[in-house]
Amino acid sequence: MGTHGKMIRTRDLNFLQRIYIPEILKGMSMTIAQLFKPKFTVQYPDERFAPEKSFRGRPVLVEENGVERCVACGLCSRVCPALAIEVQASETELEKERYPIKFEINMVRCIFCGFCEEVCPEEAIIMSDEYLLAFTSQEEAVFGKDRLLKSAEEMKGRLEWLRNHR
Amino acid sequence: MAKITIDGKEFDVDPKLTVIQAAAENGIEIPHFCWHPKLSVSGNCRMCLVEIEKMPKLAIACSTQVSDGMVVRTDSDRVVKARNAVMEFLLINHPLDCPICDEAGECKLQDYAYKYSIGESRFTEDKVHKPKRVELGPRVMLDDERCIMCSRCIRFADEVAHQPALTFTERGTHVVLTTFPGQQFDSPYSMNVIDLCPVGALTSRDFRFKSRVWEMSSTDSVCIGCARGCNTQVWVRNNEILRLTPKQNDEVNGPWMCDHGRLDSFRHVNSDARLNGPLLRKDNAFVEVGWDEALSRIVSELRTYRKNEIAAIGSPYATNEDNYIFAKFMRDVVGAKHFALAEHVKPGDQDELLIRADKTPNAAGAQLMGFATHALAPMLEGIKNGAIKALYVLEDNIAADPAVADILAELDLLIVHSCVRNETTELAHVVLSSATFAEKNGTYTNFLGRVQRIRPAVTTVDSERTLDGFSMSRWDKFAAHNDRWGKGPRRDARSSWRIIAAVSGVMGTKMKYAASDEIFKELAEKIPAFRGLSYLKLGSTGATTSAGAPAAVPTPAHS
Repeated sequence: MGTHGKMIRTRDLNFLQRIYIPEILKGMSMTIAQLFKPKFTVQYPDERFAPEKSFRGRPVLVEENGVERCVACGLCSRVCPALAIEVQASETELEKERYPIKFEINMVRCIFCGFCEEVCPEEAIIMSDEYLLAFTSQEEAVFGKDRLLKSAEEMKGRLEWLRNHR
Repeated sequence: MAKITIDGKEFDVDPKLTVIQAAAENGIEIPHFCWHPKLSVSGNCRMCLVEIEKMPKLAIACSTQVSDGMVVRTDSDRVVKARNAVMEFLLINHPLDCPICDEAGECKLQDYAYKYSIGESRFTEDKVHKPKRVELGPRVMLDDERCIMCSRCIRFADEVAHQPALTFTERGTHVVLTTFPGQQFDSPYSMNVIDLCPVGALTSRDFRFKSRVWEMSSTDSVCIGCARGCNTQVWVRNNEILRLTPKQNDEVNGPWMCDHGRLDSFRHVNSDARLNGPLLRKDNAFVEVGWDEALSRIVSELRTYRKNEIAAIGSPYATNEDNYIFAKFMRDVVGAKHFALAEHVKPGDQDELLIRADKTPNAAGAQLMGFATHALAPMLEGIKNGAIKALYVLEDNIAADPAVADILAELDLLIVHSCVRNETTELAHVVLSSATFAEKNGTYTNFLGRVQRIRPAVTTVDSERTLDGFSMSRWDKFAAHNDRWGKGPRRDARSSWRIIAAVSGVMGTKMKYAASDEIFKELAEKIPAFRGLSYLKLGSTGATTSAGAPAAVPTPAHS
């Protein structure tokens, strides 16, 4: 009760610290030093940043020989913490027996966590390097199979990275 | 009684029981694949191995009878090791295709692999390949690679369905389940093997790949396919019924249900012919109108007829509550003099197991509410000779019979409750869209007089999944207004008792019921056969009326 309402100073500042000038100069010198170093800034949108292979951009479906790898198991849909993915399975004559007749990702819901890529038993849904995602309506943000499918050739970089790092 | 000890706990059990039954009776689950309480003992899966004192080797619990002083251990090191070995053997040739298997999520092998297996296989050789996508019958699909040779389906076909069409051929790991040459498994109960199959070897051709089981909500209900009233679970995703499965009730259906009930009894709920709000006939064409307009039209029309010109036909498809309120309204408020009930019996389409010739779920209940089947012929005669001019029909397509349709065309006023457009609604002057069995609360009385609850699984315009306590899937819980998958069709349909209570209100006699249980409480007081019953007492398996089977039902008390 004795210290109640009383300010407790944990450390007394000395004179130099109290006038702040040396600290300000220290900071200024750091700033000025940056002027003579190479620039990080990218002139977006004229220039575009090229992400590393480990980058998680929007998820895509891998297409191989004209058919999606996906077997519509729905695990990505189940694991998705944001419930962005909706899958409807149907039967196919192919050996894989089932395929997604409908596969939709709501990019407004997607949080780019990459769980879908991690859980996929077929390496059918993977994260791409695309990050340009601006929409003018809710409907536009729902990606169907037409916009999700990418050939395995095109996604070679990410597939290789996955093989080496998973 | 025999005194046995299971895992250190002592139980007094019937000495005729096997160890697995005695354990199950006392709430101890011994893992098993081939054993099923309603089938003969086969003892081939070896999963139920337990350690019994004074026996040199482990014994299978499913075929070892209990004896006085028996000491059983279900969790000793030896048992755990043996179980693990059994799982490893079963999984050697089982394909790792859970992602494309319809059984995943409700698979015994999957569950036990998590519970009783160390989860690692030492098997590096190639798995045995067998036929896939085999059509075992018109409704059952077989994947032989997934089969663990438990023989439940074979025993079911032999012992319950009495169509011994299934058998194993080959030996060892090459065993193949198949039908006898030239035969197919098309018993009216064939789809029960889908529920029996502990793995995904036998799956439904109808439900094939429609949905993962964890995406659906399930609601306890009653099948409306016939007067048996099999207990079911209604599986719904995106507000659409995708399948029905039986729910065990030994007083009614055991664990089974027929294929007709499973496949055909819910199609009308999702049908394109569903009505969406009331219809009024204006200048010989139907106009969609609001409820208020339809109700006031009914009231003004009904008032133009004398009491003995008005007739009411109850419904063997509607619930006890709907029929009770309908009878009460027509008798006490309208003052109608003619009450009848149509029969929907298919003579000969009946068997010893479940299927009944009466194809309606609640004929017994409707009769107890005062609608008699023998009164129908005189009523139709009355319509024909002009004595009856107005008819109010509750949820029944009586005009499906062309002879009846011709008679109904004579009416000056026909009011019909229906969930779909049909022959009767085509003749009607006012059509009120009523909720289906899957959209309302209520009770049905089956042919044995057993009263059972139905619960809503599909939302209408008026009901809300969250607020009205429906069972919810993960999708239902999190759907937002802008999610496409949260937008299954919702129809403007109401429980018949709600519609009738509103009509009564417009007529000046208020019927104040907040929910169907209040009606049931009232009818349990008024109708002698239901005395002492309540929703609480019906519980999950139902209760029997004091009237019992309809043969014992007295002639309608009020008419």
